[in-house]
Parts: sequence; C-alpha cells; structure tokens
Amino acid sequence: MASILELRAVKAFYGQSEVVHGIDVAVEEGGMTVLLGANGAGKTTTLRAICGMIRTEGEILFAGKRLHRRATEDIAGIGVAHVPEGRGTFIGLTVEENLRLGGYTRQRNTQANMQRMFGYFPILAERRQQQGGALSGGEQQMLAIARALMMEPRLLVLDEPSFGLAPRVVDDIFKIIARIQKQERVSVLLVEQNANLALELADHAYLLETGYVVASGSAKTLADDPQIRRAYLGY
Amino acid sequence: MHEFLQQVFSGLAAGAIYASVALALVMIYRSTDLVNFAQGEMAMFSTYIAWTLVNAGLPFWAAFALTLVASFIGGMLIERVVIRPVENAPVLAAVIVTIGLLLIFNSLAGWLYSYTVQDFPSPFPDRPLLHSLLTTRDLGVIAVTLIMLVLLFLFFRFTSTGLAMRAAAQNPASARLCGIPVGRMLAIGWGLAAAIGATAGIMVAPVLFLDPNMMGGVLLYAFAGALLGGITSPVGAVVGGLIVGVTENLVGTYLIASQLKLTVALALIILVLVFRPNGLFGTAIVRRV
Repeated sequence: MASILELRAVKAFYGQSEVVHGIDVAVEEGGMTVLLGANGAGKTTTLRAICGMIRTEGEILFAGKRLHRRATEDIAGIGVAHVPEGRGTFIGLTVEENLRLGGYTRQRNTQANMQRMFGYFPILAERRQQQGGALSGGEQQMLAIARALMMEPRLLVLDEPSFGLAPRVVDDIFKIIARIQKQERVSVLLVEQNANLALELADHAYLLETGYVVASGSAKTLADDPQIRRAYLGY
Repeated sequence: MHEFLQQVFSGLAAGAIYASVALALVMIYRSTDLVNFAQGEMAMFSTYIAWTLVNAGLPFWAAFALTLVASFIGGMLIERVVIRPVENAPVLAAVIVTIGLLLIFNSLAGWLYSYTVQDFPSPFPDRPLLHSLLTTRDLGVIAVTLIMLVLLFLFFRFTSTGLAMRAAAQNPASARLCGIPVGRMLAIGWGLAAAIGATAGIMVAPVLFLDPNMMGGVLLYAFAGALLGGITSPVGAVVGGLIVGVTENLVGTYLIASQLKLTVALALIILVLVFRPNGLFGTAIVRRV
C-alpha cells in the first residue's frame, strides 16, 4: 500500500538540542499508525516536526510533496490536520466559532461539514453557543477532533487524545475515532500513552525511545512481542 | 446644571477620540502583547496626509477615505518591516522600536510639514443643538466614532477574516494548525489600528489644530482609557476612553485649572494600576510556567 506520509532520517531540534535523531516512519494511506513510547521519547516532537512547528533535518513527504521548510499554516492547508497536545481549543470563542476556524481553509463547505460533525458529536450541537473553555475535557477533545476534521484533511494527527480523561470517556473517544477513520477515509497518525488501546485500534506501530525508533511493525506483532508487553503493556 | 451637561457632552466628544485611539492600542496589545507608543504619531502623520489631500482640492470625505486606505497599508507595512523582526525579541526591544517609530514620525512630519500649527477643516458645521447643550461638531465626531465601532464589531463578529484575527491573537499556535496565516492577520491588525488612529486624528485636528505634537496628549488620555477598561478588552477601551473624556472635562472645568488637565490622565493611570490593575473589563493575565 502507498504511504500518505513518509519520514526519512528526520532529526528534530528544540533550539540547539537534537531531540529526535534521524527516524524513519511511514503512515499508510487510509491506515492508522501509532507512535508509542515513554515520556520524553520524542513522540510529540515528531508530530511537531511534521507540521513545521520546530526546526528539522531530513525529508518529510506528504502525498509526494516535501514538507520541509514549509510554514505550519501551509502544511495545514494541503491536508494535514494536527490536534495538538493540550487540544488547542480557542477557549474564549464559542464552539461554533472554533469549528468555523477549523474550516478556515475550506470555507465553501463549512456549513455542511459542521452539520456532519454535529452528527458524530451531538453534544457539540447542544453546546454550539458556549465558550470553548466552558466544555469538559472530553468535550474539548471532541471539539478538537471535529475542528481538525473541518479541514477535510487527508491525514489526521492526534497527540494523546486520551490525556487527562476518565477511562469511560477515553473508550468513547476511541470508538468515535475508529468510526470517523472509516467514514471520512482519513489516514491517522496517533501518539498515545495508552498502548493497549492504541495497539487494538492501529494497524501499524512504532516504538520510540529517547529519540530513536527501537521497534516497528504491524500492531499485532508489537502487541505480541514479550519484551514490549512487559515494558509498555504491563502484562 | 446646564453647564454641567454641556461639559459632559463635550467630554463625550473628546472621549470618542480617546476611545478610538485606546481601541487601536488594545487591538495591537491583544495580538502582539505590545504597547504601541507610536500609535498617536502614526495618527498625526495620517492626519497630515488628509490635510495634504484636502489642500490639493479633494472633497473632505474623499480625502478621509483615501487617508484611511493609505493608513491601513502603512500600518501593514510597519508591521512587516519594523515589528516582524523583533517579534520574538524581548518585549523591551519591541517597545523601544515603537518609541523609535514615535520619534521618527514626529521628526518626519516636522521635516515635511514644519512645526507650524495648521488649521484643519471640519466636515461638520459648528452650530449649537438642544439649547446649546452640544454642538453639531461634537455630535458629528461622536457619530463617526460610533459608525466606526459598529463596523469593526460587525467585521470581527461576522467575517471569517475577523474571526481568524481573533483566533490568531488568542492562540497563534493553534490558529496556524487551522491553516490561518497568523503573520498576515497581525499585519491586518496593524493596518486596522492605523486606520482607526487616522480617523481619530482627522476628527480631533479641527479642535486641537494640526501640528506634529498634536497627538501627544491624546495618546496619554487614550492610555488612561485603555488601562481603565482593562488593556485586553476592546469594549473596555471604548468605555474607558469615554469615561476619561468626560472626567477630564469635568475636572478641568470645576476642580483644577484646565492647563493642568493632563495630570488627570496620569492620576487615572496610577490609580488604575494600584487599585484595579485589570481595569473594568480586563481579565487577569496568568502565565503558566
């Protein structure tokens, strides 16, 4: 299968210090790939590198286009929707305004897309006039995913959607993500601490440690690897 | 009582000017965390552009419209050329740049137009209204300011560019991820602020007369207004500006010599900073470390 996103020997930097040391990662078109690893392994940094938020070296290809040195807003414009760590909600703006902002690059379809999002997340329709900051953590995560989908992306990049949420809410969110991936035919790159859940859902996985890829393969292979099970899955 | 109301109305007319400049200050502060000390001098320079156009024979409102367009473009250019390079520099560096701009515009105006005080035409006749409670000129200034505020409100509330500008000011990183060109939004913000300032300058010039130092006092009152309203709140800037205008006029009439009126602005700034640093409508700025 063809890759929608390919990282070749990508290094990423915060200021002068190199945090990611030349990794190769690929996301298959229509698939879901997960980056696993402990805190500080470089997962979030890798996502930031893809979206041009930090300095990088190496080659990043999205749908055949080189992303290197492109501005973040241009990368978003060509179909990479990134739900950042902390969700990036515009807390002083209403739910509806948040969604309209997600549709900034696809203004002609904003109304139709918004209705579709209200179909996935009925709670957002109920709260459309409320400020983003007034939503619960789970609702903000739904808003963040909906905002990203308003861009009609080809690749959805999710940075720890489960962060800070109650287990039941996490289950709901992951069910919706799985449903959205099928219905919207969008490829997904996921960073997740909750390895059990992520490996169930994803088809490919990479394990990062201190800025290197130390294992990769199909999600099933990684889930069955005794060493990975002991270190990351806890059984 | 009659005199008191008269002073309130002429205070509102002055306050409308302060409110406009305060609004321009707040717009830039919200989007770039920067107090633009050059806001007044930019407005003064715009007023000279209008003056040149009127003297060249253009009808007043045509000169007004052209000046707004020129100021908008000028404001955008200033952001691109002078402010953008210090965007990530320490705040003090950026503040020094705006003070530099203040001096440059002041000297440039002096060099081009001399420091001689000039007469500036008013588009409104000066006739008394409502038993001379206010003049048609005051009413005109208040009306122009109100129209401008309503247009700005509609722009920020209902257009996608206005919404994108609010988003870029609030959370630039997240705005970029939505595909919003944050840099362009900041430039538009500077352009709008310059155009708002130009309106204020043109409205106040018939009263204060035009010279390169015309906006010095106005800027101080506008600061007081912006701080009183809470430096982060556009509504607050307008309300604060109006309150400052009325207060200044009343205090100058009844309490102290009118030559000392400017101290009212300073006293207000200090009182606000000591007793209510977030102003009337502002939100506390909490930075997480």
